[in-house]
Amino acid sequence: MSVASLVEGKQVVICAGSGGVGKTTTSAAIAAGMAERGKKAAVLTIDPARRLADSLGLRELGNEARRVDPARLRAAGLGEGELWALTLDAKRTFDDIVEAHAPDRQAREAILSNPIYRELSNAVAGSQEYMAMEKLHELHQEGRYDLLVLDTPPTRNALDFLEAPARLSRFIDSRSLQFFRAGSRAGLGLVGRGTGVLFAVMKRATGVDLLDDLAGFFNSLGGMSEGFGERAKRVNALLRDSRTTFLLVTSPRAASIEEASYFSDKLADSGLPLGGVIVNRVRGQLAAKPTPALESELARLLDEKLARKIVRNLDDHLRLADRDARNVSELRQRLGGSRPTIEVPELAGDVHDLNGLAGMNRYLFAA
Amino acid sequence: MASIFDRRLLVVTGKGGVGKSTVAAAIGLAAARAGKRTVICEVAEQERVTEIFGRPPAGARETVLAPRLHAFSVDPEHAKEEWLRHQLRTGALAGLLHHSRAFQYITAAAPGLTEVLTIGKVWELAQLERRTPGQAPYDLAILDAPATGGGLALLRAPRSYAAIARMGPVGRHAGKIDAFISDPSSTAVVAVALPEEMPVNETIDLEARLRDDLGVELTRVFVNGVLPKRFSEKEMAAIDALDGAGSPAAREALRAAVAARSRAREQRSQLARLRRVADAPVATLPFLLTPELGREDLERLSRGLEGKL
Repeated sequence: MSVASLVEGKQVVICAGSGGVGKTTTSAAIAAGMAERGKKAAVLTIDPARRLADSLGLRELGNEARRVDPARLRAAGLGEGELWALTLDAKRTFDDIVEAHAPDRQAREAILSNPIYRELSNAVAGSQEYMAMEKLHELHQEGRYDLLVLDTPPTRNALDFLEAPARLSRFIDSRSLQFFRAGSRAGLGLVGRGTGVLFAVMKRATGVDLLDDLAGFFNSLGGMSEGFGERAKRVNALLRDSRTTFLLVTSPRAASIEEASYFSDKLADSGLPLGGVIVNRVRGQLAAKPTPALESELARLLDEKLARKIVRNLDDHLRLADRDARNVSELRQRLGGSRPTIEVPELAGDVHDLNGLAGMNRYLFAA
Repeated sequence: MASIFDRRLLVVTGKGGVGKSTVAAAIGLAAARAGKRTVICEVAEQERVTEIFGRPPAGARETVLAPRLHAFSVDPEHAKEEWLRHQLRTGALAGLLHHSRAFQYITAAAPGLTEVLTIGKVWELAQLERRTPGQAPYDLAILDAPATGGGLALLRAPRSYAAIARMGPVGRHAGKIDAFISDPSSTAVVAVALPEEMPVNETIDLEARLRDDLGVELTRVFVNGVLPKRFSEKEMAAIDALDGAGSPAAREALRAAVAARSRAREQRSQLARLRRVADAPVATLPFLLTPELGREDLERLSRGLEGKL
């Protein structure tokens, strides 16, 4: 099985999974592999390792896609295709949206300087997830790439990421806007008593400044709130589009397998398409068995003590390989057996440059 | 080196997938063995610590895991209701707010409020004077925090919030939590890492961000999954010198030895880099070969930690 067939006919690939399973490198490797196969591919990374970022030439850039130097790709044996890469800057993406949608300069300044906005856009949980989706949507709209590969933020709760667009639009929803407008008028006695009482209790619970800032925030968002709702709807539609596919990235360890199957349930519940599973760092099975015969052969070649150690090391390796194989087959079973699963063996050292990506791609894009 | 058990709250964070919950559980066991009444708090939807102990999920109940060791899973909604009840003194008003859609909006809208309520519940568990009626105080609360970014956001939330809600009860409450978290005699932050490039980078980054954003020093780093150094240089040279001799099985076994050596070597160089760059003391935990982490492994890990805490 090759990733190329999993992403055939797709324009958006979303790599999802828990932290520490190699999502970023896998995303970059997939984009590089597809670029090598003639696609104009872009990878949107969240927080790449410095050496990987250097290798992609991402170090110096902000929120805009840059083309990876074809000479570097060629040197790593990754062809000379068009590989583009960018690193998400959540705050900047948020600011850009405000810039683009604020009705006038005054409104824009009011939003950008509002304390609630500043906290919200500054990596408060959830905003990074939302902005990753926003940026993905924006790039897709631009239509400059054949394929977009999104590396998702590391979340322990898969839902955070899937629900981000809906949550943000709920919260910048016109109803909360109305509520806060009503609330700020309540002080002047302009609204019904019910809302007034509620607002008073809320002030008691949360403090006055906060409510005023929130009211200020929603008021200044005024003309933009519909735009936000509309965008969230479009992001949601893009996630469900037939040209979008999710790839689950996992390690063969029990905890990651657990998370992966949880995530796949969530995808199914949300009606999102799971294209396949990539299992990284799988310890390979070997033909050699830790037998007395092997030990005496090694003892003849080396010495008894070293032979014993080598056989013990082999035994440990085989036990871990068995464990990995059991975990992977359990995941397969839980996913219903029919999901394409691609295994990438544990490679020597960490994958942190284009050569490493090329090494991964021998397995991701196997015939 | 002062014992980390002298604090009231231990925050365990680190990159995703490094074994934070395992280390939090091992530290918890060691604390309980040292006579501390301890609670491990989880803040994610899926509980890990209770699972390691082979127990059903604790939920928002203080549940016994082992002698003197308890588990609690913070549910932001539950924490919100509890806080409201405490804040407004009357259940009726709290109920009115809790069930109002408008209040749902405001709590969704106020950035970081969920985090403040979550860390606020952890803070409550770490207090000598408990707000929760009928609950005995703990000597030590251990927070199995989210991965670095989320963990930092959780710790920073009270300060951000105190800045937004400059007046009023939430602001005051947040200020109190912030003071507790930033006080090194009350709270210690420890990082869990693996001896690999990315987790080491993230640990170094965490130490800097803790210092810059919160003025808090990282207290310890626990490096998980450290492989044994099995072969000496002389032995490796003897293996290299064989140069393809032997049966196919022997060659495969030799290749496995070479691979194990290079992995252990890469680990040691990452560990050395961490020790060089990080200011916090670094302790190691061994790689465990067992198929599934169970109670006995946890005992072993926690005994190995004694003297490093």
